[in-house]
Amino acid sequence: MRKRSSQPFFWLLFGAGGMLSALLGMGLVLVTGVAAPLGLEPPSVMSYGDVLAFGRNGAGKAFLFAVVSLFLWHGAHRIFHTLHDLGVHAGLVAKLACYGGALVGTVVAAAALLWIGF
Amino acid sequence: MAIRRTYLRPMDGWWRRDPFFLRYMAREATSVFVVAYALILLWGLVRLAEGEARFDAWLAWLASPLSVAFHVLLLAVFAYHTWSWFAIMPKTMPPVVVGGRRLPARAITAAGVAVAVAASAALFALATVLA
Amino acid sequence: MPAMPDTSTHGAASGASPAPGAAPERIEIQVLRYAPGGGAPATQSWTIPWTRDMSVLQALQYIKDHLDGSLTFRWSCRMAICGSCGMMVNGVPRLGCETFLRDLAPGPVRLEALAHFPIERDLVVDAEDFIGKLAKIKPYIVPKEPRGLDEGTYFQTPEELARYESFSHCINCMLCYAACPQYGLDPKFLGPGATALLHRYNCDSRDGAREERMDLVHSEEGVWSCTAVGYCSEVCPKAVDPASAVNQNKTASALDWFARFLPGRK
Repeated sequence: MRKRSSQPFFWLLFGAGGMLSALLGMGLVLVTGVAAPLGLEPPSVMSYGDVLAFGRNGAGKAFLFAVVSLFLWHGAHRIFHTLHDLGVHAGLVAKLACYGGALVGTVVAAAALLWIGF
Repeated sequence: MAIRRTYLRPMDGWWRRDPFFLRYMAREATSVFVVAYALILLWGLVRLAEGEARFDAWLAWLASPLSVAFHVLLLAVFAYHTWSWFAIMPKTMPPVVVGGRRLPARAITAAGVAVAVAASAALFALATVLA
Repeated sequence: MPAMPDTSTHGAASGASPAPGAAPERIEIQVLRYAPGGGAPATQSWTIPWTRDMSVLQALQYIKDHLDGSLTFRWSCRMAICGSCGMMVNGVPRLGCETFLRDLAPGPVRLEALAHFPIERDLVVDAEDFIGKLAKIKPYIVPKEPRGLDEGTYFQTPEELARYESFSHCINCMLCYAACPQYGLDPKFLGPGATALLHRYNCDSRDGAREERMDLVHSEEGVWSCTAVGYCSEVCPKAVDPASAVNQNKTASALDWFARFLPGRK
């Protein structure tokens, strides 16, 4: 029996993040990064009170967590493989940096979302 | 068996040698921007947990010309990600047979991009109308 | 061997072809040459007469027959079915017999041995690794149950055939390996062609060895070295679509990664 690769786990997270960002990335960037800051959105879209309410809502919390976490896991997997493509063979160090970074981001996101309560 | 003295050519700079590989690298590079955007949002989440004053400071940064310009760039990168994602996705799927014929990859790609544009537009509409 | 200029009028004129009755035009062919133990490879170039029906393979044959008998290259069928004449033509993996000088004119045409393989001599590569991989994936029907001759032939519906037929069209030309940067970066990777053949047998309704072959698929050298560049399918002369074979198996391998924890699995 050959040694099984551990990649499937990270590949599925990569796929989920890739699909979510492919479907909603443009819309999210447009709203949060262009339209709202330029005042093209109603002020309530990103005001503290409304974002807090959204984050306290169960579905809103899950949505924010999914976006931040899955985008990070998507990037981690792709960046890890691209380092290999570029001839950087830092192996375990690269793995820890990439996947570890996504894990840290995931934990911080969860902590922030739990801190604001329900 | 004769002793073989073969020559192995180096792989340095392989991706610069062909437009196909350059497009592949561009596709892979979108991941850096996906992470950048996620980190901006994560920063916002942390600021949200820290209270109104800190969150408003994050909003103020988002409104800065540097941030808006960066997000316009992000918009273009995410658009390329969407297209390149659905371009390669059919390869991971077993054949889809519709009415006796196999669905061509480009049909799956077109459908995926259409759904993505609709989903992003719906998100924008939702935010603009319902908020 | 082309001796007369092509004077036919059928087919679209492709710009650079000689006019009927005119003296043949000439084109420069550059070949990266290497002799075992002879130092680093170096380019040698010849300028040859050509006609609009000539292939790159015919150009090489002209050079070998008239100009330099030491030029070494593989070929056989000259009709894109044997898979022998794979080479890099202007940096792209192509079959020499179905790449035409008229599409490369005015030249120069740069020829090199297939990328990612050790060069044996001139345009000949050491293909042992690929041959070994083909053998490793059990490229034969393993019956699901023991079957006697008295049971007659297998029956297969057109739908069952369609599930694997395109993957059976591989001519082992290795263009996909020359296209695959992951194979170039790490030759332990099973690679597009061998995985396409593996998939051909897994998808064949007569076969029962899928579990054994998946052992190879699940490993790091199996599908998990692939990053879906997709160039392999782009260059394949037989539309085998090896990228699809490899990436469909990523999905299967990933699902299996979780399914093995379910009760009821061996």
